Amino acid sequence: MSPILNIQSLSKNYGAVEILKDVNVAIDPGDFLVLVGPSGCGKSTLLNCIAGLEPISGGSISIDGRDMTQVSPKDRDIAMVFQSYALYPTMTVAKNITFGMKVRGVDAATQARKLAEVARQLQIEPLLDRRPGQLSGGQRQRVAMGRALVRDPKLFLFDEPLSNLDAKLRVSMRSEIKKLHQNLGATMVYVTHDQIEAMTLATKIVVMKGGVVQQIGTPAEIYNHPANLFVADFMGSPAMNLIPARTQRAESGIQIEITRPEGAPMILQGPQVQDLPEDIILGLRPEDIIEAGMRSGANVQAAKCRIDLVEPAGADTYVVSELGGRQVTARLHAETKAQPGAMLDLAFDLAKVSFFAPDTGERLN
Amino acid sequence: MSDFSATPAVSPPVRPGQIALRWLLFSLLGLFALFYLMPLFVMLTTSLKSLEEIRSGSLVALPREVTFDAWRTAWSEACTGIQCEGLRPYFWNSVLLAVPAVLISTFLGAANGYIIAQWNFRGANLIFSAMLFGCFIPFQVVLLPMARMLGLMGLAGTIPGLIFAHVIYGIGFTTLFFRNFYVTIPGDLVKAAKVDGAGFFRIFWSIFLPLSLPIIVVTVIWQFTQIWNDFLFGVSFSQAGTQPVTVALNNIVNSTTGVKEYNVDMAAAIIAGLPTLLVYVVAGKYFIRGLTAGSVKG
Ligand SMILES: Nc1ncnc2c1ncn2[C@@H]1O[C@H](COP(=O)(O)OP(=O)(O)O)[C@@H](O)[C@H]1O
Ligand SMILES: [Mg+2]
Repeated sequence: MSPILNIQSLSKNYGAVEILKDVNVAIDPGDFLVLVGPSGCGKSTLLNCIAGLEPISGGSISIDGRDMTQVSPKDRDIAMVFQSYALYPTMTVAKNITFGMKVRGVDAATQARKLAEVARQLQIEPLLDRRPGQLSGGQRQRVAMGRALVRDPKLFLFDEPLSNLDAKLRVSMRSEIKKLHQNLGATMVYVTHDQIEAMTLATKIVVMKGGVVQQIGTPAEIYNHPANLFVADFMGSPAMNLIPARTQRAESGIQIEITRPEGAPMILQGPQVQDLPEDIILGLRPEDIIEAGMRSGANVQAAKCRIDLVEPAGADTYVVSELGGRQVTARLHAETKAQPGAMLDLAFDLAKVSFFAPDTGERLN
Repeated sequence: MSDFSATPAVSPPVRPGQIALRWLLFSLLGLFALFYLMPLFVMLTTSLKSLEEIRSGSLVALPREVTFDAWRTAWSEACTGIQCEGLRPYFWNSVLLAVPAVLISTFLGAANGYIIAQWNFRGANLIFSAMLFGCFIPFQVVLLPMARMLGLMGLAGTIPGLIFAHVIYGIGFTTLFFRNFYVTIPGDLVKAAKVDGAGFFRIFWSIFLPLSLPIIVVTVIWQFTQIWNDFLFGVSFSQAGTQPVTVALNNIVNSTTGVKEYNVDMAAAIIAGLPTLLVYVVAGKYFIRGLTAGSVKG
C-alpha cells in the first residue's frame, strides 16, 4: 500500500526562524494520524503546510503519490476543521456546509442530498437555517465538522477541533470523531496538545517539540517505549516516573541503585544483558509501581518505601514517595491501607522499564 | 406577582447629590445644544420670511407670515453670475459627482482593505503606510498636480474629472476604514474558504463584503459628507456648467447686485446642506454602530 500522505524532510521558516526541521512522516489510507506536542511546537504550521495554506521552505509533501508543492489548497482534495471553527458569519448553517460545493459548481440536487446526509449524521437538522452567531459552541463545532464531512476528501485535517469545548462535551465529541473515523474509513490528520486525545484517537502518533519530531509510533509504542525523556514525560497522565539512578556491574547482571531520603539506597536487579552507562534515568509508569504481592513476574521486585502522600482517585489510589530525589507516584488499588508517613512495600515491575541517558535524554533500552 | 423580573428587588440608592449633578449635566448639555442649533434656527426662520419682514423685524423672531418664495427663488431662479437658474442644475451636478465618487472610492477602499488586511504580501505594510500618508496631504498641495493630471487626461473642467479627483483623494481614508475593520476578522476565515475552493474575488465577494455593512455605512457617510461639502476641488476643477452646488451657493451669495436677499441665501444654504443632513438621519444609527463595531467585537 502506498502512503496517502508522504512528508519528506520538510522544513519551514518564518524569516530567519526555523519553525519546522526535517519532518518525515508517512501514513497509509485509513490512518488516524495525531500530531501532538506542547503549544507553539509547530503543529498548526505543519497542518497548514499539508493543506497548502503555508508555503514550505524545503522538502516535499505528496498526497496520494502526487507532489503537492505547487498545488493550491483547493486542488489538494482535503477538508479542514479549524480550532476557531471559522464558520462564515453571514451564511446560514446550510450555506456554510454547501459553500464548498457551490464554489466547485456541484449541481443543486447533489448539494441538497449531501447536506441532508451530513445533517442527519451530525444531528444538526434543526439548525440548518440558523446563523453561526445563534449557535452554542458545541453546535458550531458540529457545523464545522459538517462542512468538512460533506466534501468526502482524500484527507481530513483537524486543528485542535475540541479545544474550545467544555470538558464533558470534549469527551463525547472525541468518541464521535473516533466513531466517524471507523465508519468512514477516512484518513485523518489531527492536531492536539492534549495527550489523552492523542492516545484515544490515533492509529499513529507524531510527538513534536520545538519543530522537531521526537517520535513516531502507535499509541502503544509511544506509551510503552518513549524515545526520549520529553516523550516519556509528555505522554501519559499522571506522567511517567523518571528516577535518577546509578548502575553497577555485578556477577548476576546489572544492579540499579536508587537513593532514598533515609536509610540505605534501594537496589534493583537490572536486566541480564544490557550495556548501561553509570548514570541513568529510570522510567517507570505509575501503574508499574504497585503494592507488593499484587503482581507476580520475574521482573517484579519489592522494596520498602516511605509514603509521603496518599491521593485517592476513586478507582485507584495514588501514593507518592521520594526516590532518587524525585517525587515518585505509584498507582495502588483503591482499598490500599497505605498511610502517609508510614513505610510500605512497593513492587517495581521492571518488565516495563525504560532507561534514558541523563545528558542526551535518549532512550537506552 | 407574575412579573418578578421586571421589578428589581433592590434598586440602587440614588443620593440627592447625584440627582443634582445629573440635572446640572443635562442643563449644560441642553445649553450647548441650543447654542449650536441657534444658527440653524436663524437660517430656517429667515428663509421663511419676506425681505420686508427681514428688514423690519428682529433676527431671531419667528416669521409673522410664512412664505416659501425664497426657497423657490433659491432652487430655480437665483442668479449665479450671469445665469439665473437657481441651485437646481448645480445640485444635480453634485449628485452626479458625489454618488459615483462615493461608490467607487468605497468599493476601492473595501478591495484595498481586504488585500492589505487579509493577504499578506511583500510590502503590504509599506503600501498601507503610503496610503495613510495620503490622508494627511492637504487639499491645497494636490491642486496643481491634479489640475495638470486632469488636463493631460482630457478631463479638465468635467464631472468625471472631479469624480477622479475625489476618488483618488478619498482612497486613503476608505482603505484605512476597511483595513481596520478587516484586520479584526480572523484569518482562519480566509483559510477555510481557500480549502473550500474559493479564490481571491470569491472570498471577497461572498464572505467579506456581506460582513461589511457597518463599515460600508461609515465610509459612505464619511465620503459623501466630504465630497458633497467640498468647495476647493469644486471651484478648482470645474467650469461653468459643471460646478457643484457648493460653488453655486457661493456664487449666489456673492453675486447679488443691489439688495442682499438674505432669505434666498439662507434657503440656498439649507438646500445645499440638506443631503448630508439626510444621510446622517437615515444612516446615523449604523454610523455609530460601525465606528464601535471593531472594538465591541475584539
Ligand atoms: N505567521 C507567522 N510568522 C512568524 N511566526 C509564526 C507565524 N505563525 C506561527 N509562528 C510561530 O511558529 C511557532 C509554531 O506555531 P504553531 O504552529 O501555531 O504552534 P502550535 O500549533 O503547535 O501551537 C510559534 O512559535 C509561532 O510563534
Ligand atoms: Mg496550533
